[in-house]
Amino acid sequence: MSAPVAPTSVDPSENGSVSAPAGAGQALRPHAEDAFAHELAALAAQDDRPRPARWKLSPWAVATYLLGGTLPDGTVITPKYVGPRRIVEVAVTTLATDRALLLLGVPGTAKTWVSEHLAAAVSGDSTLLVQGTAGTPEEAIRYGWNYAQLLAHGPSRDALVPSPVMRAMAQGMTARVEELTRIPADVQDTLITILSEKTLPIPELGEEVQAVRGFNLIATANDRDRGVNDLSSALRRRFNTVVLPLPETPEAEVDIVSRRVDQIGRSLDLPAVPDGVDEIRRVVTVFRELRDGVTVDGRTKLKTPSGTLSTAEAISVVTNGLALAAHFGDGVLRAGDVAAGILGAVVRDPAADRVIWQEYLETVVRERDGWADFYRACREVSA
Amino acid sequence: MTAREERAGGDRLSAQPLLLGVRHHGPGSARAVRAALDQARPAAVLIEGPPEADALIPLAADEDMRPPVALLAHAVDEPGRSAFWPLAEFSPEWVAIRWALEHEVPARFIDLLAAHSLAWQRGQDGTHGQDESAGPEEGDEGSGGDRGGSGPGEGGPADGVRIDPLGVLAETAGYDDAERWWEDVVEHRGVGEGDALAPFTAVEEAMTALREAHGSGGHDRDLVREAYMRLQLRAARREFGDAVAVVCGAWHVPALRQRSTVTADRALLKGLPKVKTDMTWVPWTNRRLARAGGYGAGIDSPGWYGHLFAARDRPVERWMTKVAGLLRAEDRLVSSAHVIEAVRLAETLAALRGRPLPGLGETTDAVRAVMCEGSDVPLALVRDRLVVGDELGRVPAAAPAVPLQRDLERAQRRLRLKPEARERELELDLRKETDAGRSRLLHRLRLLGVPWGEPAVSRGSTGTFRESWRLCWEPELSVRVAEAGVWGTTVRTAATAKAESDAVSAPGLADVTGLAERCLLAGLPDALPTVMRVLADRAALDSDVARLAQALPALVRSLRYGDVRGTDTGALAGVAAGLAERIFVGLPPACAALDADAADEMRHHLDAVHGAVGLLAEAAQRGHADLRFRWCSVLRTLSGRDTVPGVVRGRAVRLLLDDGELAQEEAARLMGLVLSPGTPPADAAAWIEGFVGGSGGGLLLVHDERLLGLVDRWLTGVPAEAFTDVLPLLRRTFAVYEAGVRRTLGDVVRSGPGSRRSPSAAGVSGFAGELDAARADAVLPVVRLLLGQDGDTAAGAGRAADARATAVAG
Repeated sequence: MSAPVAPTSVDPSENGSVSAPAGAGQALRPHAEDAFAHELAALAAQDDRPRPARWKLSPWAVATYLLGGTLPDGTVITPKYVGPRRIVEVAVTTLATDRALLLLGVPGTAKTWVSEHLAAAVSGDSTLLVQGTAGTPEEAIRYGWNYAQLLAHGPSRDALVPSPVMRAMAQGMTARVEELTRIPADVQDTLITILSEKTLPIPELGEEVQAVRGFNLIATANDRDRGVNDLSSALRRRFNTVVLPLPETPEAEVDIVSRRVDQIGRSLDLPAVPDGVDEIRRVVTVFRELRDGVTVDGRTKLKTPSGTLSTAEAISVVTNGLALAAHFGDGVLRAGDVAAGILGAVVRDPAADRVIWQEYLETVVRERDGWADFYRACREVSA
Repeated sequence: MTAREERAGGDRLSAQPLLLGVRHHGPGSARAVRAALDQARPAAVLIEGPPEADALIPLAADEDMRPPVALLAHAVDEPGRSAFWPLAEFSPEWVAIRWALEHEVPARFIDLLAAHSLAWQRGQDGTHGQDESAGPEEGDEGSGGDRGGSGPGEGGPADGVRIDPLGVLAETAGYDDAERWWEDVVEHRGVGEGDALAPFTAVEEAMTALREAHGSGGHDRDLVREAYMRLQLRAARREFGDAVAVVCGAWHVPALRQRSTVTADRALLKGLPKVKTDMTWVPWTNRRLARAGGYGAGIDSPGWYGHLFAARDRPVERWMTKVAGLLRAEDRLVSSAHVIEAVRLAETLAALRGRPLPGLGETTDAVRAVMCEGSDVPLALVRDRLVVGDELGRVPAAAPAVPLQRDLERAQRRLRLKPEARERELELDLRKETDAGRSRLLHRLRLLGVPWGEPAVSRGSTGTFRESWRLCWEPELSVRVAEAGVWGTTVRTAATAKAESDAVSAPGLADVTGLAERCLLAGLPDALPTVMRVLADRAALDSDVARLAQALPALVRSLRYGDVRGTDTGALAGVAAGLAERIFVGLPPACAALDADAADEMRHHLDAVHGAVGLLAEAAQRGHADLRFRWCSVLRTLSGRDTVPGVVRGRAVRLLLDDGELAQEEAARLMGLVLSPGTPPADAAAWIEGFVGGSGGGLLLVHDERLLGLVDRWLTGVPAEAFTDVLPLLRRTFAVYEAGVRRTLGDVVRSGPGSRRSPSAAGVSGFAGELDAARADAVLPVVRLLLGQDGDTAAGAGRAADARATAVAG
């Protein structure tokens, strides 16, 4: 009874086709499969390992695409994800074993980025996307109706508007659901049949769409939002979960922050500010220490404040500091420019967090060599 | 090379001993050894291990013997000098021993005598410091095939320059991790149908090639040990014929195969140092087998290895079922479907990574993704209970005595302190060498749970250099000593280990500070770093300022004890200063919104911290010199904050005033502010309690009329309905003053504050230098009359205030 939904039946105003005509060159942000088309092609050409049904690449090649490497013919594959190899391997393997993949992590740990590239490498298409919000309706996951057609001709496959998930099932592709835990619980549960029976019934037509081999689903969720719309255990059981960690070493994090800050600065046309790596390193150090609850030398334990203190927040603190330095300061990123931003990121709960911050200032920052200016700047804004 | 060709000729048992090269603690090796022994049925089994332990081998068959256990060698004169040879169920050596015992074949240890290796240890480090951590299992076990590379006492810096034989092989095979390579190639393959000896031949060939390329690979002592093993092997072949099997580290196999003359081997062994050595079996634990445990046998995952060794078939499926069982027992929802998916994921992951079978890495990744929802928290449980495992070994009672007992006896002889069942008192003068030693011994034994002596209250002097003990040796204390043997081989090391373990498991901050004090008393500087680290961690995570404030005085006290006993207390001072900093930061917010009882408690904390900071600042180290200054700024903050309860605010002002940090005018201004009509009377009374309560408060009022005047003026202005609320507080405040002070106060109030200004007094306090007794006496009858009593001045000053108020009101 499986009837692949023909792409022609898709209402052009619905999701999917809007993005198609935009050439990779003009789009503000091209899709992964367009931006890295040459890498994917090179991988596909040289990939001689077995591929699961309808996969564009073998699992090994997908992992290489994400982690980077050099192919036998010399093509360099840039790393898309900088982090533990294990994470990517487990994620790819999960998709290969036909299980749905749930990527968890605090904001700013590249969940969406990884999911997009996985979909691009596995199915060659990262656009079958459902964005989860508190208002996501069931239609976004199952199917909707083109009411003009419905009224004129009655229910038929022509009047049906398939969701990205339905299209992925029909074509054996990878669907993506972003921010799964923001979707109301009853809507989430529509996924259970899809993931366990691999079928989507259409009672109005007495039909169903059966998933073709190769169909799979990647969901992302913010693990700080756990409990907002927590997954039912029935649904949770259908997923293998991979937690994307925060950067492992300070150097990696400094690198990520300075690279992103540089990009953002350019796109916001901030005046160029000379090398602020030292200040960035300090911001990253403060964030890491408070986040991990221990100083970098591993000697002193610290209380952790209630904020997430993710890499993304460090980036915004530094960007903000750069703007301050460029417009109001002497054009050099100094401790004073980032102090206020750090205070704002750390002290989310005015009572508890403030004590934690001051304790940190007095017991750690004050005694650290070469941090005197930073200590003073922080004291000024905290006072 | 020639050896290999010869062996390839087949029937090698008749011509050559059977050399089984293994990785120590490798389950695959263990399985292969059993299969090989079953097939070859040798006449004797020779095992790499200290020959002194030959006599202990039969104990391995005892039914009370449960691995993991360890052979413990220690120098007779110096129980602290010791070395361990841990054996687990899945150790090839253990398998070989059991096989020999089951088949009634003689088993021998053929490694170098422990007498030599312990003596080497002495030559190398000379101190007691790291003796136990440098057991033979230390060092290069991580590199796989060869424990033997490290003799006792090796390890440490030497490791860096040695080559890692398996690393070279693994790299050649395209693996980045030697451990994983060995697992894939050797440990994870089941025993095939074919020749049980084939794997050993392959390993031997690889090792021969390696040793041809690298020689001894920087393991110089190996040459000596191998020479000894060759001699032993020769002797065994003379005794049992050629059909002997040798179980040793794979690395040594080529050396044992090598032909060399008896004379050359003897020459290598000439002049080795020697100490008198004793051996016994001691129980071991999986945790100690694991590297994390300190006495590392060099394996990360004894539980996993044990599983691989014990599982009949389908190891991954069985493992996942075990994990699911554990997680279910912890109330996590894990269904059979989870197990199925986890097995599938692990197997696919192994395929993706190009491994023949899922290893621990793959299974762990699968468990995390499928059963633990990506979280590392339940995974830590799996790691702790299953991957490492909490197996505890057992040793039959017939095993020789533990060295701790001997060390204790030596200490008793040295300190002339005989264990007697009769109870007696012992007075110690810590300035004397012997007495200080006795005190340390008794304190250490108490830490070990051997309460031979109980501290008693000293009768004579109360100086810090005196100690009194009540001694009584009960027979069951011997049992306690034997039990304490698990902690170490000498009283000192055992007490250190016990203290460290106690610190880690101590429930509260105060327990840890107490422990720090006991460590100083027992003279265990080695335990202090751990205790201090735990203390610092607890302090950092404890958000209850009251608890911190309680801990600080004890810590500062320890600091002073340490000074008396000449211990280095630098770390202690650092921790104490850190603790003080945390209190400084946390105190102002913690003082907001307290009820009366909590506020009163806080006032006591304030006093305690004040005292401690004073002492601490005296003993100040570099960088902590401004503690007192910062404490004052905290007090200032407290004194000026309206949300802080009156009693704490008043106390803060008082402490500042006492230290001369606050001018009297300023104190008077603050007091005036509090006692002005805008403040609720109850709050003002509490402030007064904080300010002039306790010792010395009365004199302050006596000497500063202005303050007294303020109190007086305020008291007269308190409305009648509020007065009854304020009264108990004031009574409490003034009742603790000494009688004389109360009397003087009464006098001053009687004459009206400010009316007796003396020209001789400097500035504010309006009193003469000396008391004019006649004038004072003259007033007494009137005061008695006022107080309505006859001569008994012990009555509450509260009543005085009461009377005063009535007088003023009337």
